[in-house]
Amino acid sequence: MSKADIFNRIRGGLHVPSDDSARRAAVQARLDARKRNLIPQRAQLPADELLRLFIDMADEAAAELIELHSAAELAGAIENWAQENGIAHLVTASDEQINNLEWSGNGTLVREERVAQVGDEASLTSAFCGIAETGTLMLYSGEESPTTLNFLPDTHLVVLRASTIVGPYEDAWQMLRQATGGSMPRTVNLITGPSRSADIEQKLQMGAHGPRRLVIFLLHGE
Amino acid sequence: MQIKSPEFKQNARIALEDVNLQRALGNLKAGFPQKRAAAVARLPEFDQLRDEARDLKNHILEHLDLYLEEFEKNVVANGGTVHWCRTAEDARKTILEICQDQDAKTVTKGKSMVTEEIDLNDYLEKNGVTPVETDLGEYILQLREDHPSHIIAPAIHLNIEDVADAFHEHHKRPKSNDPAHLMREAREMLRKHFVAADVGITGANFLVAETGSTIICTNEGNGDLTQTLPKTHIVVSSIEKVVPTLEDMTLFLRLLARSATGQEFTVYNTLSSGPRRPGDQDGPENFHVVLVDNGRSDMVGSEFQEMLRCIRCSACMNHCPVYGAVGGHSYGWVYPGPMGSVLTPQMVGIENAGLLPNASTFCGKCEEVCPVRIPLPKLMRHWRDKEYEKHLSPTSVRSGLSVWSFFATRPKLYRLFASVGNRFLRLKAGKKGRTSKLPLASAWTDHRDMPAPSGKTFMQQWKEQNR
Ligand code: SF4
Repeated sequence: MSKADIFNRIRGGLHVPSDDSARRAAVQARLDARKRNLIPQRAQLPADELLRLFIDMADEAAAELIELHSAAELAGAIENWAQENGIAHLVTASDEQINNLEWSGNGTLVREERVAQVGDEASLTSAFCGIAETGTLMLYSGEESPTTLNFLPDTHLVVLRASTIVGPYEDAWQMLRQATGGSMPRTVNLITGPSRSADIEQKLQMGAHGPRRLVIFLLHGE
Repeated sequence: MQIKSPEFKQNARIALEDVNLQRALGNLKAGFPQKRAAAVARLPEFDQLRDEARDLKNHILEHLDLYLEEFEKNVVANGGTVHWCRTAEDARKTILEICQDQDAKTVTKGKSMVTEEIDLNDYLEKNGVTPVETDLGEYILQLREDHPSHIIAPAIHLNIEDVADAFHEHHKRPKSNDPAHLMREAREMLRKHFVAADVGITGANFLVAETGSTIICTNEGNGDLTQTLPKTHIVVSSIEKVVPTLEDMTLFLRLLARSATGQEFTVYNTLSSGPRRPGDQDGPENFHVVLVDNGRSDMVGSEFQEMLRCIRCSACMNHCPVYGAVGGHSYGWVYPGPMGSVLTPQMVGIENAGLLPNASTFCGKCEEVCPVRIPLPKLMRHWRDKEYEKHLSPTSVRSGLSVWSFFATRPKLYRLFASVGNRFLRLKAGKKGRTSKLPLASAWTDHRDMPAPSGKTFMQQWKEQNR
C-alpha cells in the first residue's frame, strides 16, 4: 500500500518516536491559529490610500477601471460601455447585486443568465472583494456565480464595491471564512488583470486563453 | 522521457554551437533576472519573507506526514479522492484508471512538471487516451514532439520561426511570424479541445491542509478552463507541496511570482476544493488528487531534505551562467539548472546523472536568489562526494566539460589557478562583474561570460567551512 509505504519512509527519515503527540500538537496548533506571516507595509495603509493602491495596481496589471458614484449608475454604465465597445450580448451571474440592476433596455444589449459557452463575447460577475496589495479581485463559485463566466468569454466585466477593498490577502481570507461559515467554496479565483502569455520568445502578449480584457466597475458609496 | 544526462558534455558542446538556441537563450538572460530584481526592489520585506518561507518549509517537512494526513481528510470532506503513489509507475497507472473509468478519449492538460517527471503523456497515448497540452508553451512543444527546457517557460529554447513552422504544419493555415497572431491561432484551436475533453489534468503549486484545497498559479487561464469544463478534474502533485493554512500559502505566493517572472502577482491564482456542489451550474463532477512521491520521501531526513523546500520558481536557472550558456535540454532530463542538478540524481540515480552536480561554476548565484534559501551549491557538493565515494566519476568525462572541472580533477593546479584566477577575474571584470575573455580557457569563454568570483574561491571556503 503506497500510502503506508510513503508514511513509513517519511517517519523513518524524521526518526519519529512512537509517541509523537508533541508533533501532533504542534501541527494542530498551527492549523488552529491560522497565524499570519509577515505582511508587507504596503498592504497596511489607511482606507483611502488602500483604494488608491488598488486602482494603481489594477491599472499596472492592465485591468480597465470605470469608477461610479453609486449602484444606481451601474446598469447604465454597463449599457454605455457595451455600446461603445460594440458588444451586443452579455452573459451574467445571477447574484443579488446583478439581479437588482435596473437596465434601461434602451440599447441593443441582450442579456442572459447562464454559464459561459465558447463564443461568448462578454460576461458580468460580482467580485467578493478587492485586494489592494496587488490590485487583485477575489471571486468564488456558487449557485449564482458560475466559474466559467470568469474564464471563457473574451471580455470579463466585474462589479467591485470600493467598501470591500482590503489591504493584504490575509484580510480577504478572513472575510471569506466569515462569509461562507468556514467552509471553502468549490473554487476561489484570485484574478489580477487579463490573461497573458510570454511563451513565444518571452514577448508578453495579452489575451491567451482567458479573457482578453478585464473591466472593473468600481462602485464608490453604497 | 529518455534520460540523456550522461551525455551532458556532448549536449552542452552542441548547444554552445547552436546559433538558434543561443539566440533564444538571449531572451531569457535579457528578461527574467532584471524583472525579478525590479520586483524585489519594490518589496522591502522580500528578504524577511524569504527567511520566513525557509523556516515554514522546514517546519512543514518536519511534520510532512501529519500535514498530508490533514490535507487528505479535508479533500475527502470536500467530496474528492486522494490517491497515494510511491512511484512514477503507480502514478501513471492511477491516472490512466481514472481516465478509463470515465471512458475518456481526450484529456486537456494544464502545465505540470510532475506529469513530465512521470512521463504521463506517452503512457496515456499508448493506452488510447489523447492528452492535449493547453499552456501555450507546452502546446507548441507537443506539436513539435519536444520537451520543456525550463520549468516555467517551457519553450524558451525556441524562436518565433520554430513556432510559426509548427503552427503552419499542424493548423494548415497561412504562416505568420507575428506573436500576437500565433497566440490568437492557438487560442482558437484549443477552444474546441477545452470543451470536448472528458478529463482535465492540472498540477498544483500548493496543497492547503486546512481546507483540502489545491492551487494553481497561471497567467494564461488555460489551467482554469482545463479544470472547470471537463466532467473530471485530476490534480497531479508531489507530496512536498502541502502547506498548513491559507495564510501560509499566502507567504509563498508573495515570493513565487516575484521570483519567477518578476510579476507582482500571477494573473490567476485559483483554489480548487472538491467537485461541483449541489446547485452549482458548472465545475467538474469528480475531483481527484494524485499525490506523487517518486523518491521524495527518501530525501526526508537525508542531506538533501532542504531541496524539498523548492517551490519551482525557476529563479536559480534564470540566474545560472551554465544554464544560460547551454540551455535546459543539455541537462538531459525533466528538471534543468541548479535545482535539477540536485533533484535529477535523486530521481534517476547518481549513476545516470553524476555529471549534473558538476555542471556548475559554483558562483553561488542560485542560492543567492532562491526564495526559500536552498543551499544549492552545497547540495551539489553532496552529490559530488557521493559520486566520488562510489568511484563513479571517470576523469575523462569531467575534463573538457568546463575549465572548472578540468582543474578540479587536478587539485594542486586547480588551487593555483583558482586563487590566481580569482584575483585576475575580479580585476578584469571591473564594474561589470562579468568578463568575456579569459586566457587558458577560450573553450569556455568563447561561449559564455565567466561570472567574476564574488570573494574567496570555492576551495578556500570549503576549507574554512570544514575546519
Ligand atoms: S531551487 Fe529555489 S530558486 Fe530554484 S526553482 Fe526551487 S525555489 Fe526556485
